[in-house]
Amino acid sequence: MSETTHDAPVAVSAPAAPDEGLTARELAEKHGLSVSGARPSLIEYVRQLWGRRHFILAFSQAKLTAQYSQAKLGQLWQVATPLLNAAVYFFIFGLLLEADRGMSRDVYIPFLVTGVFVFTFTQSSVMAGVRAISGNLGLVRALHFPRAALPVSFALQQLQQLLFSMIVLFAVAIGFGHYPDLSWVLIVPVLVLQFCFNTGLALIMARAGAKTPDLAQLMPFVMRTWMYASGVMFSIPIFLADKPAWIANVLQWNPAAIYMDLMRFALIDDYGSQYLPDHVWAVAGGWAVLFAVGGFVYFWKAEERYGRG
Amino acid sequence: MAEHQDARIPTVIADDLHIVYRVNGAKTGKGSATAALSRILKRGSDDAARGVRKVHAVRGVSFVAYRGEAIGLIGSNGSGKSTLLRAIAGLLPAEQGKVYTDGQPSLLGVNAALMNDLTGERNVILGGLAMGMSREEIKERYQDIVDFSGINEKGDFITLPMRTYSSGMAARLRFSIAAAKDHDVLMIDEALATGDRKFQKRSEDRIRELRKEAGTVFLVSHNNKSIRDTCNRVLWLERGELRMDGPTDEVLKEYEKFTGK
Repeated sequence: MSETTHDAPVAVSAPAAPDEGLTARELAEKHGLSVSGARPSLIEYVRQLWGRRHFILAFSQAKLTAQYSQAKLGQLWQVATPLLNAAVYFFIFGLLLEADRGMSRDVYIPFLVTGVFVFTFTQSSVMAGVRAISGNLGLVRALHFPRAALPVSFALQQLQQLLFSMIVLFAVAIGFGHYPDLSWVLIVPVLVLQFCFNTGLALIMARAGAKTPDLAQLMPFVMRTWMYASGVMFSIPIFLADKPAWIANVLQWNPAAIYMDLMRFALIDDYGSQYLPDHVWAVAGGWAVLFAVGGFVYFWKAEERYGRG
Repeated sequence: MAEHQDARIPTVIADDLHIVYRVNGAKTGKGSATAALSRILKRGSDDAARGVRKVHAVRGVSFVAYRGEAIGLIGSNGSGKSTLLRAIAGLLPAEQGKVYTDGQPSLLGVNAALMNDLTGERNVILGGLAMGMSREEIKERYQDIVDFSGINEKGDFITLPMRTYSSGMAARLRFSIAAAKDHDVLMIDEALATGDRKFQKRSEDRIRELRKEAGTVFLVSHNNKSIRDTCNRVLWLERGELRMDGPTDEVLKEYEKFTGK
């Protein structure tokens, strides 16, 4: 069979007379057609995303439920998984390595568990973000919605996961004699700020992961390095007391350490402000705004390109 | 088509559209680590040198679709039909050329949003939200969707996880969810082939209904009969190029000659 060239299909039906001679572009303009798959303006994009808020929430809840639906214990794992996690870290760092330097056991165990849970929140948001687009290409190629809905939804899923972990965390804190008081109210702003930060980070990782899926292989190592540098299982000022002060400062001002320390400050009675770096709330807010806004704009800039094979 | 002659309003315009897929690490079929490493080292800005293989799925397709038309897309497997639909819907970015559309064309395909581990009930809600319906709309149509799918005809299956459904049951539920929304420009990708005879008839009726509500309908199918039943114009794609464009009977006659039927 001979092949016809693309610009000369056998036109059996004659096009309508009045529009004859117009180029595709002129014809589109005349009838008010818009380019399919073009990127909306930033404000329009925010509006579209807000319009999909129910989908974002439902999707995150569905993902969360689907995780354990095959297990016999079912949704009980939502709480059992973080509990086991905390137990493992306690066994290694509390009993074997005795990383609790300078802290009593009553402080160290809630300190450790808080650190693990808060860091896991950021860590899993990043990991889910990397795969948010590249792991859901089927969805991206089948339905129309602002793509930011996916990374935001995954970050929201991790927030809900953390709320389950908080149950364990409260139990641990109370078990070691830190009873709820007024400072526990601070948990709410800390969670809000960290969620904003995580969402921004997930958006950035989603765009990067959509272009380079290899990041999914690389990120576990980056995240582990970040974890050890953020003082999840040891106190930075105590461990680095004999090193130059700027090292401890830099490590303490990194967003993961900031949110962990604030959460510990809120929960643990004896973990006072002497453990916190200067300007801690300003830094916490700054990271959240910087990443949430920056990440959103960065993600939006590539909106029309997601889904390319 | 004569009755539309004076009021032909274009709804979809494709202008010299090219779609290219890029596949990582499929260049020589060598999947070994050393092969991958040497590809990275060879670098250069050229995609081909880095082992990224390009698949040129749609090559310069141009056409204008008008309101009230039902357009069938035919062609052998891998000729670019589904890719073209996705590009019209704005889901696949164009390598070159443009698609202009009136409003937001929607693909009748919600499969990707559904999760096998969730109950049918939750999937109806999730799928509806994914298509952009509001919670109220879903609540309103929920019973219709379930009734249409016929899932509950054999007991209370809608409250079971979708992974427990037979493939036919799952396909029926998916179609019912997808068909629950009204669209301006509607695209259907082989949706008619699901379910048993009774359900097929019901879906064909639903598609005719959707066509009445939608401005323009695109239908991809390998079933010439269903194309003949529902479409008044046919685009024939072969190897990503538009081979023929015209009234259903004429194009199908040529196509059947080509496929040797």
